[in-house]
Amino acid sequence: MSEEATAADKTFLTPFNMIAGAIVLIGGVLTILRFTGGLGAVTNLSDNNPWGIWISFDLLCGVALAAGGYTTSAACYLFGLKRYHSAVRPAIMTAFMGYALVVLALHYDVGRPWRLPYPIFIQQGTTSVLFEVGLCVFLYLNVLLVEYSPAALEWLRLPRIRRVIVKLTLVLTILGVVLSTMHQSSLGALFLIAPSKLHPLWYSSYIPVFFFVSSIFAGLSMVIFESTLSHRYFHDKMDATHLEESPHVALGFAKAASWVMAGYFAMKVFGLAMDNNWHYLGTGYGVWFLVELLGFVALPAFVYMLAVREKRLKLIRWTAAWTVLGIVLNRFNVSLVAFNWQLPSTERYFPHWMEIGVTVFLITLFLIAFRFMVTRMPVLHEHPEFKDAH
Amino acid sequence: MGISRRQFLGWMGATGMGIAAGKSSYAAGNKHFTGYPESFGVLFDSTLCIGCRSCEAACNKVNQLPDPDKPFDDLSVLNKTRRTDAKAYTVVNRHDDTAGNKGPVFGKIQCNHCLEPACASACFVRAFKKTPQGAVTYDASVCVGCRYCMIACPFYVPAYEYDEPLTPRVMKCTMCHPRILEGKLPGCVEACPKEALSFGKREDLIQLGRQRIRRLPDRYVDHIYGEHEMGGTSWLYLSGVPFEKLGMREDLGVTAAPNLTSGALASVPIIAGLWPVLLTGIYAVSKRKDKIAAEEKRQAVENALSKAAADAEAEIAKALKQAEIANKRKIEVEVKRAVEQATAKKTEEES
Repeated sequence: MSEEATAADKTFLTPFNMIAGAIVLIGGVLTILRFTGGLGAVTNLSDNNPWGIWISFDLLCGVALAAGGYTTSAACYLFGLKRYHSAVRPAIMTAFMGYALVVLALHYDVGRPWRLPYPIFIQQGTTSVLFEVGLCVFLYLNVLLVEYSPAALEWLRLPRIRRVIVKLTLVLTILGVVLSTMHQSSLGALFLIAPSKLHPLWYSSYIPVFFFVSSIFAGLSMVIFESTLSHRYFHDKMDATHLEESPHVALGFAKAASWVMAGYFAMKVFGLAMDNNWHYLGTGYGVWFLVELLGFVALPAFVYMLAVREKRLKLIRWTAAWTVLGIVLNRFNVSLVAFNWQLPSTERYFPHWMEIGVTVFLITLFLIAFRFMVTRMPVLHEHPEFKDAH
Repeated sequence: MGISRRQFLGWMGATGMGIAAGKSSYAAGNKHFTGYPESFGVLFDSTLCIGCRSCEAACNKVNQLPDPDKPFDDLSVLNKTRRTDAKAYTVVNRHDDTAGNKGPVFGKIQCNHCLEPACASACFVRAFKKTPQGAVTYDASVCVGCRYCMIACPFYVPAYEYDEPLTPRVMKCTMCHPRILEGKLPGCVEACPKEALSFGKREDLIQLGRQRIRRLPDRYVDHIYGEHEMGGTSWLYLSGVPFEKLGMREDLGVTAAPNLTSGALASVPIIAGLWPVLLTGIYAVSKRKDKIAAEEKRQAVENALSKAAADAEAEIAKALKQAEIANKRKIEVEVKRAVEQATAKKTEEES
């Protein structure tokens, strides 16, 4: 932070800072409105539509896109793909910050946010899928904090604690995969209780599996996408190892993602066949379902494969963004578009601009925190004093 | 074989634990629950309802809900289809579009008090409870306000106090549980001037409903709504028109809500048990593969080195041998030449 003071006389008024500052200011006002006027003051939520974009985007997409943490650490530490090592730290850090953001966003959405620890510490509703989600997210946030902490401890120069934590890597990685499997799938399982409200094309007894499997390629694609952005804005923070391994990470992850997407596609078709839902494909919802499945799963999977074969890194990076968009589309379809599909259009939900404002505000906070950590802590490069094997 | 006192006590303890554990797994299993015996319910006969909204007024009064926007005797409210909200635990709706029926028909909406409630199953702090008396009650003192109950309820009943900044509650009919405990009737039942609402034991109400259908088969649809819907509800309905015309879903099925998620929840112990073993195995295999690969590499390098050394040695030996031969020949040539020279000299001297 003393660096900040000396850097301040360069110029603090960069475009990023000005835009981010304006958004944070607006976000602050929206926050005050939310907690003085209630949910009704800033949202279009209603008795028929109790969940809006704060659940669809902030929770469902947030958690799915933070899946890069467990996929990357599992690839490197469990499956023995050591050459992805330089990708682990940024992935873990992003996952940690993503989950922290999800929990922060939930404070806006639930009615009495100070009671968020209640399901874990006061009274446990173990029959609820949401209980599983809550418990796993809580535990995983802690696991991620510990997994990420070596970077912070190196920054703070605390080698002893760091050494103890590094020894826990394997256990933490396994715990991370177990907890992620559970809550990624349970986010889909949340909707199992409402077969009469969710459109049959999206409702399936396999929905937990769909959510889990799609989180894998969401995580892989997000790592590629994020590294693209990091290369553009934080190139100077990357060391030789990171720069050298980065194309390998993109190629390897793209290949893995395309395989998992192919599997996911097959499972979705299998789900259609199991419930014999073919006839819905001819309806408007059916067309939309096909747009999602063909345009945002099958096609990017194919392009990924093509790009890997021809080693076209730029195409891989674009496809990663495309796949991420497809995940967002899927989560929105399940929780908003196909939810309450039988209600008349006047009773359907569309987000209030202030809801979107809060979400944009939270994403901006994420970017500011990301920049702070990446520019100060050894994330994209190794700390010169801690160059031992991780 | 002898059994020591300590062993015996240990077994007793284990048995006790087994019973306790067995109980909890039994509770989470797919046991068919048909409701608490002797629990109460209400039968709504829509053929008797005249849409006077007396029940709404009584509900508002006994539950001390805020005043409505329009008074309860203003029937113009019925021109719009409504649902329950934070200010009204129950609403009556008029349905005009019923071909073959003489006049309009009326439907009443309030919490149906499911035998196995979706809200209670979905709540992650157990704020909802199915009481042995039949009511599904809500405890605002633990509610976090996640509104998953509203997502889960197939009847679109729970409402939320969206305009309450700090202490919002989920709002829904309590079946007047406090009044039932006092031996009184629910407010709406007491207020109905046409006896369209009957309060009693749920089993008796089903008998009553069947009796009415049997006596006047032309008046009623041969179905008691709520007897099996979503696993059964404490509120039951009779109608002269298809229930769909009363705005009630006929496609909900008979599966109780907890059974919809029990399968997914059952995967938790499988994941928690299987993943660590499997992943440790994968880790061990990949580590061992690395080790073997490293060992093989070392071996290969060693072999290559020793082979190279041997080759080099052979090469040198060969070169040495060749050199030796060459040397020998050179000496022989030299000797020969010396001898020749000597002989030549000798003959020269002699001549």
